[in-house]
Amino acid sequence: MDVVGYRRITPGTQPEYLHPAYASSVKRAPGKKLVLMPHTLGEVTGPVFGHDRVGPDDNDLTKGHDGPPIGERIIVGGRVLDGDGRPVPRTLVELWQCNATGRYRHDNDQHDAPLDPNFTGAGRTITDDEGRYTFTTIKPGAYPWPNHYNAWRPQHLHFSLFGPSFMTRLVTQMYFPGDPLMPLDPIFNCVTDAAARERMICSFDIETTVPVFALGYRFDIVLRGRDATPMEA
Amino acid sequence: MAKLVPTPSQTVGPYFSMGLTWLNTVDLAKDATAGERITITGRVLDADGAPIPDAMLEVWQADAHGRYAHAEDTQDKPRDAGFKGFGRIATNKDGTFRFVTVKPGAVPGPGNSLQAPHIVVALFMRGMLRHLYTRIYFADEATANAADPVLSLIEEPARRATLVAQRANGAAEYRWDIVMQGANETVFFDC
Repeated sequence: MDVVGYRRITPGTQPEYLHPAYASSVKRAPGKKLVLMPHTLGEVTGPVFGHDRVGPDDNDLTKGHDGPPIGERIIVGGRVLDGDGRPVPRTLVELWQCNATGRYRHDNDQHDAPLDPNFTGAGRTITDDEGRYTFTTIKPGAYPWPNHYNAWRPQHLHFSLFGPSFMTRLVTQMYFPGDPLMPLDPIFNCVTDAAARERMICSFDIETTVPVFALGYRFDIVLRGRDATPMEA
Repeated sequence: MAKLVPTPSQTVGPYFSMGLTWLNTVDLAKDATAGERITITGRVLDADGAPIPDAMLEVWQADAHGRYAHAEDTQDKPRDAGFKGFGRIATNKDGTFRFVTVKPGAVPGPGNSLQAPHIVVALFMRGMLRHLYTRIYFADEATANAADPVLSLIEEPARRATLVAQRANGAAEYRWDIVMQGANETVFFDC
């Protein structure tokens, strides 16, 4: 059974596994060459999650607590697109982040910055029929990390997406325009292709901005594209 | 239409559990699911053989009939309607993981080939900038494994064994470790 596979990655547009500037990659990257394989039925299929898995307020990280979280309220929205620019409808988008002080609600985060009792930092949504999604949250803080001397992560949101198959799975991070920490960050700079790297930076968007409520940022996410014809056996 | 460059992958980082745990699925099978119930356990180990406590596996498989719960699987086979075939499993503090499922059926491969029963695995962890793909095969399927078109792509036969889960003590429990580097490094796929 021949299936229509997904396009191979263009070198430089995705990170390599071994990226010594990111110290944790050294002992966790494969040492041997990956084995090239064609896509089969198990690669071009993947899990499907319906609207039943996600609650109506799950895309609003400012809700669900006794009061509003501290921080600059923002809207982040955009479209999920396939590699040909077509919308990816009804696909799960997961998000997690630290609070406005740069602290994650996680036992292993020992950064000396306060937790916010009114902020958890996790949300999820399903794209609509045009591939659109939106989250209401607060702008995350920058925070130090032990990768190298005086290392700080730029402000970022973590995104996780599925798309139509196991080959379109994507976990990424979204950065904010103009953040002076970006040029110094080994995780952001793991991608050598500048245009691909720029895809991870959202843009301020007056259309997404809600009057008298919150600034809006646009972040379109592009999943891996598909071949036009079945793969040769 | 113009081709777009995909958004680059980034690491899940150390705190992914806060965003992703809600979808954890360590028991893929329902009571009514057809097929042999199996448990798969193992460890994820780094270059020093140290356990990796902040990794996550996502698994994807066909049901016991060899059919995927997905619209693009148009095989003329029965489908187990209650079985979704997806699991998300985090490693524990000691690097171990465990999940319960049904043994998948054989599925078609390229051309007229047949693939041995297997589970597709996506591996995520702090320190990994892009997830890796690997596969779990089953030691008690030696004949099917020997004819499997994907296992056959692995040039060193000894490395194929890294993808074969070993059946423990005759019980329906398989053992399968993920080793990131070294002599027993797990085969990862460029797919």
